[in-house]
Amino acid sequence: MATVDLSQFHQTFFEESHEGLDAMEAALLALDSGSTDHELVHTIFRAAHSIKGGAATFGFADMAAFTHVAESLLEEVRSERRAVDAGLIDLLLRSLDCLRGMLDRTSRGQPAADAGSEALRAELAQLVAGAPAPAAVQASAAPATGWAIRFVALPHLLQTGNDPLRVFNELQTLGRLEVLRAFVTESAPADFAALDPGQCHLGWELRLHGAVARADLDAVFDWLDGDCELAIAPLAAAATEAVVATPVPVAAATPAAETPAPAREATVASGAGHTDGGSIRVGIDKVDALIDMMGELVITQSMLSDIGEHFDLSQLERLREGLAQLERNTRELQDSVMRIRMLPIGSVFNRFPRLVRDLERKLGKQVRLELHGEHTELDKTVLEKIGDPMVHLVRNAIDHGLEMPEQRRAAGKSETGTLTLDAHHEGSNIIVRISDDGAGLSHERIRAKAVERGLVSATQPLSDDEVAELIFQPGFSTAAQATDLSGRGVGMDVVRRNVRDLGGSVGVKSVAGQGSVFTIALPLTLAIIDGLVTTVGAERYIVPLISIVESLRLPADAVRRTAGGGEVFRFRDEYLPVIRLHHAFGCADAVTAIERGIVVVVEDGGQRVGLLVDELVGQQQAVIKSLEKHYQQVQGVSGATIVSDGSVALIVDVGGVVRLGRRGKAA
Amino acid sequence: MAKILAVDDSASMRGMVAFTLRGAGHEVTEAENGQLALDAAGGSAFDLVLADVNMPVMDGISMVRALRAKPEYKGVPILMLTTESHTEKKMEGKAAGATGWLVKPFDPEQLLATVKRVLG
Repeated sequence: MATVDLSQFHQTFFEESHEGLDAMEAALLALDSGSTDHELVHTIFRAAHSIKGGAATFGFADMAAFTHVAESLLEEVRSERRAVDAGLIDLLLRSLDCLRGMLDRTSRGQPAADAGSEALRAELAQLVAGAPAPAAVQASAAPATGWAIRFVALPHLLQTGNDPLRVFNELQTLGRLEVLRAFVTESAPADFAALDPGQCHLGWELRLHGAVARADLDAVFDWLDGDCELAIAPLAAAATEAVVATPVPVAAATPAAETPAPAREATVASGAGHTDGGSIRVGIDKVDALIDMMGELVITQSMLSDIGEHFDLSQLERLREGLAQLERNTRELQDSVMRIRMLPIGSVFNRFPRLVRDLERKLGKQVRLELHGEHTELDKTVLEKIGDPMVHLVRNAIDHGLEMPEQRRAAGKSETGTLTLDAHHEGSNIIVRISDDGAGLSHERIRAKAVERGLVSATQPLSDDEVAELIFQPGFSTAAQATDLSGRGVGMDVVRRNVRDLGGSVGVKSVAGQGSVFTIALPLTLAIIDGLVTTVGAERYIVPLISIVESLRLPADAVRRTAGGGEVFRFRDEYLPVIRLHHAFGCADAVTAIERGIVVVVEDGGQRVGLLVDELVGQQQAVIKSLEKHYQQVQGVSGATIVSDGSVALIVDVGGVVRLGRRGKAA
Repeated sequence: MAKILAVDDSASMRGMVAFTLRGAGHEVTEAENGQLALDAAGGSAFDLVLADVNMPVMDGISMVRALRAKPEYKGVPILMLTTESHTEKKMEGKAAGATGWLVKPFDPEQLLATVKRVLG
């Protein structure tokens, strides 16, 4: 028996179903905000329909049953038998949440249905007024001893791709077929020359002998509805015996229809337990660009090997040109390859209309959501991980930032608050901004809370920015009363940690009474960084450019010892600790005298320190190779890379080194 | 073996159909909607077209109508992949010129049996 392992399509089904649900949600929200575009209803219907078809095909019965009722309801909407109102949209939104849950449970191999989904399915079913019960398989009528069939093809039968021969073949598999008469119909033109071979002008009178169920017989002709005239009557037992007309055997004219299907080797190794590495959809244009670049690279390569084969000094200029071209090709190829992993941030933004709508209802606030820069592309990994921190920030902005309508009116603002999400490129970073026109951060309350939590002393002078920074401290929450949305202790510190794990940073600017702006800066990709190559003893260390503030040479007397044994120096208006990289990493033969080395001032999360290195070598793009994967995690090092001379350099994890330095100082 | 055009907006369904048919030795071209199917049909002659009904851009019914308008697709079998809850869609498909249909959900064996039924 041919078996096709369908589990290989499950992941695709889950992914496309999630996409379908996202599209459905967006369409429902558009309907909710008053759009009457009929195409929206089609989109919603199509999504439900596809999920139902897929779920049934791949054997997810619970999900198929659920989408079946949802689809019936949507069919009523599509055929305009049911009006769309807020209640229906609510119900459908709940249904799609439920489906998301079912999909997730199914993808984890758990039963899809639970009490919630069953209750919702019942609710949907109840609403589907007079929905016809799924057609029960009709019990076959008592089989007759045979059938008399008059089958007259209509002229267009062949044009539908059907073939009377197929009918005869199939009838023969049911019983013994006897052709009483074949005739030419009146539709045939009298003039042979006028005969169109695409038209069929034939009819047959047939007898099918045997205990054949009517349903089986109907199934043979099902596709021909409207393409033929058909009369079927059971054969009287006597009539069957009375047949004396010479039967015309059709078997000779037709290839044996019952040849068993040859064994098909479609069998696939069982997919059970195989882990999914995730997949990515790439636009054809990106792949084409890649192939273009590859072509260029091949041309350059052949040009260079041509030079190399008969090289003399007169060709030096050509060699230089070739190398410059190679560099250009490599860079472009790198860009194109990177772009494959880049996806528009719109897929994350799309979550927010729904979230905002739910929060509006829950909190009794009015919010207008504006999205800008949805097409800005981000690395897939970054994209997948930035959603949660953004959700947190958006919740915070609506929960704590935006005021209640009456408060806003009293403050002379529009009752509807505005929340803006904006994404754009800035150099080699993506900037995502979440801004609201709410009350802004309350510096008094933040300060009071910080003092209460022992984060700062009551008398410590703090600038506005420093006060704002306090909200990112672990365990900080300003909500006077913890709502179920935010302020449960998992606060901004978690947001900052998540963003930092992605190699990014998050900060806030706020103006009392006018609102707050949270800015997330993310690297374009996690795989490559722009770095400054430095030497420490015989080793090379790369400091990410993004965290470098300045590099300077200090005179010996610029560095002072602190009581704790640390070293500090004055930089602009503050004292910064010095971290000797040769100490931190235990490098031998490094420069130890401050005045002979270079101090690289780096910043991480608002904290600045100076790193002492021997020398600066230059700037380089570094492809990050994970140390964890190939060796083990090393404190203060985020990875390794290969520098232009072929040696290995370690990439400094600035945050880790700062923590390392602080610990060293405490010790 | 036959050249088959498989049209479905659902990648998983299309994948299943294409994989099953390729396993049976057929040459399968995939298209994501009716419009792309028409584009594919313009450049190549197919022995059989399998098409979903509900698709964005151009649905299966319109696709059948457009295919039947091409002289070279007059007699080519076109099967609609439809769901049982939409009996009226079967007739709509027929009226547009479809040869027949295959009711979803179907398994690979049913698909191959139906294809065999059409191609002989």
